[in-house]
Amino acid sequence: MYRYDEFDQQFVAQRAAQFRRQVSRRLAGELTEDQFRPLRLMNGLYLQLHAYMLRVNTPYGTLSSRQMRQLAHVARKYDRGFGHFTTRQNIQYNWIKLAEAPDAIADLGEVGVTSIQSSGNCVRNITSDQYAGCARDELADPRVYCELLRQYSFLHPEFSYLPRKFKIAITGSPNDRAAVAVHDIGMRMHNNERGEMGFEVLVGGGLGRTPYIGQTIRKWLAPEHLLSYVEAILRVYNMHGRRDNIHKARIKIIVNQMGIDKFRELVDQEWEQTKDGVLKVPDDEVARIKAYFAPPPYEKLADGKAELTMLRKADPIFDRWVRGNVVDHKVPGYAIVNVSLKAPGRVPGDITAETMDAVADLADRYSFGEIRVNHRQNLVLVDVKQSELHELWQKLVALELATPNLGLLTDIICCPGLDYCALANARAIPIAQDIAHAFSDIDEIQRIGHFTINISGCMNACGHHHVGHIGILGVDKRGEEFFQLTLGGSSDQHASLGDRLGPGLPQAEVPGAIRKIVDTYFTMRANDERFIDTYRRVGIEPFKVSVYGAETARAH
Amino acid sequence: MSLIKGGHLVEDTFVDASGGETIPASGPVIVNLAQWQAQRDALLARGTPLGLRLHSDQSPEAIADDIQHFALIALEFPKFRDGRAYSYARLLRERYGFKGELRAVGDVLMEQVFFMVRTGFDAFDLQQSPDPVADFQTALRDFSVWYQPTGDGRPTAMQLRHRTR
Repeated sequence: MYRYDEFDQQFVAQRAAQFRRQVSRRLAGELTEDQFRPLRLMNGLYLQLHAYMLRVNTPYGTLSSRQMRQLAHVARKYDRGFGHFTTRQNIQYNWIKLAEAPDAIADLGEVGVTSIQSSGNCVRNITSDQYAGCARDELADPRVYCELLRQYSFLHPEFSYLPRKFKIAITGSPNDRAAVAVHDIGMRMHNNERGEMGFEVLVGGGLGRTPYIGQTIRKWLAPEHLLSYVEAILRVYNMHGRRDNIHKARIKIIVNQMGIDKFRELVDQEWEQTKDGVLKVPDDEVARIKAYFAPPPYEKLADGKAELTMLRKADPIFDRWVRGNVVDHKVPGYAIVNVSLKAPGRVPGDITAETMDAVADLADRYSFGEIRVNHRQNLVLVDVKQSELHELWQKLVALELATPNLGLLTDIICCPGLDYCALANARAIPIAQDIAHAFSDIDEIQRIGHFTINISGCMNACGHHHVGHIGILGVDKRGEEFFQLTLGGSSDQHASLGDRLGPGLPQAEVPGAIRKIVDTYFTMRANDERFIDTYRRVGIEPFKVSVYGAETARAH
Repeated sequence: MSLIKGGHLVEDTFVDASGGETIPASGPVIVNLAQWQAQRDALLARGTPLGLRLHSDQSPEAIADDIQHFALIALEFPKFRDGRAYSYARLLRERYGFKGELRAVGDVLMEQVFFMVRTGFDAFDLQQSPDPVADFQTALRDFSVWYQPTGDGRPTAMQLRHRTR
């Protein structure tokens, strides 16, 4: 994985020192809160309901065991002993004191972890496929290009005060696990007709109160033009994006107001001027970064499936876990292990410092010291020998990290909601816990199959509710919390936005409504059809009727 | 006095008439875009240094063919959060070849100076700073590593990496 060299290290140390000065100026009253806010935000520091929240990047979802231990250290020393992994491959600490934030940031910087631009109206953490470098279906490792963009975007002098935040994601696989279609810029690596690898570039995707699926602005972009093309998009956005209304300031709004063709024309005009200039990515820089992502020293192993099959036959609970959470690896004899942070009753994405340390130890022992973070708030050990799966599983069970629900109904995405967040309208966490409680039979949820539930506590959509098979949005109606359901959303390569099911429901009725939706799915599904496919085939009507009754469904 | 140029406090030799004031008969003056467009010939006939102040919704594209007439272009930051002028500055320097004074005016804070220098500004109206010279110097000392190539020619981390090899 990428390791900071002397330049990166110096940059991060200087950034930490600068923030320390800004905090002291704020504490001394030399900066007003209005002036300080964008400075702290660009260092990932939010003021929440109860305390400051620090959001820390895990760049493109990759962490070393050393970095994970430092995340644990920060949780212990500056927080209340835990952290929360988010949908953007970040970790958030919820109980940070302003005066200590510079120390926390400096400690993280020592191991090459930053909170730089994890917030603010600038380019955010570049996200990617959690299986990058290991997935069987991958064309090439997207992290090389994520890292190029990470460097390019850090404290960009021209683009640190964009109209609004800007999110970029890259997938190197045709099976999109990085939700690139709901990013300001999404990129899909693929070969052109000459067999050369490049990027399909999508622009203007995003969730929030006005959700859009990104549109293709360029079918194929040569890797050497990655930075100049992104700069052209950012420049057009910086100059033309709306600044009169914060809710209309994202790039998706101007892309859709002027139309993708007009927007493309502006970008191309701009890009023509710069594409062959100083931003052209030199081969030796790509080679330098690629070397960091060279595969770990895999052993030459035979595919160990036969032995594994025996173990699975002998132990149905192990078998269930392998079926649920283990994914094929591109190297024979290895496997990708998903570490579920969604045990029943737990807060999705939350993890204690002790568990962080334990996961770091497991990574050292079983997976070349590397940990990944996925956008569904789970962790991944990507390079595990098949022959060690059983042993690793037993240790994960002891840590309550082996719930075999990856991609299943209780693998719920959930924002912090009104329990922490100053923006939220409703509590999201208790809904997730209620649903997990109502669907505690793991055999049942495996029978239900691939099923995503995404919960947001407000329309800002941090919980990606628009792209959950079931989306749940917390709304406030005259001081009471209600939950609005949407069906049919998806964030993969066939991304779609969910359709509103009907009037909002009180908290107590949500698990029951989901039960009715699942029952309806069971009666309508053809063979092994996934829920999303059934939904797309039969439409929303039968689900509406099952939740609201025929009469109410007609009225809505 | 709060104008910083070349790291020092300097006296502003321009009279700013860009608020719509009557343009003085002689001497260096700053006008707005409408004044420039309406009184172009008269302004050129004065034969004294001419400055132009652009609002953040006025792209310098409008005066790309006229830049040789200006000794100074002032780009306005109505709020420090409005970052359009960073793009305008780069266009003026790197695309239109503007060599005159590029002045940051409006809500200019020391925390933004670093970005302004890198995008091509060379004069800063640091009105809100109690000690503009010291703040300016501090802001410039914050970083010695840059990732992005801009028209200021500072070598980037990428360039230095491959140079030292």
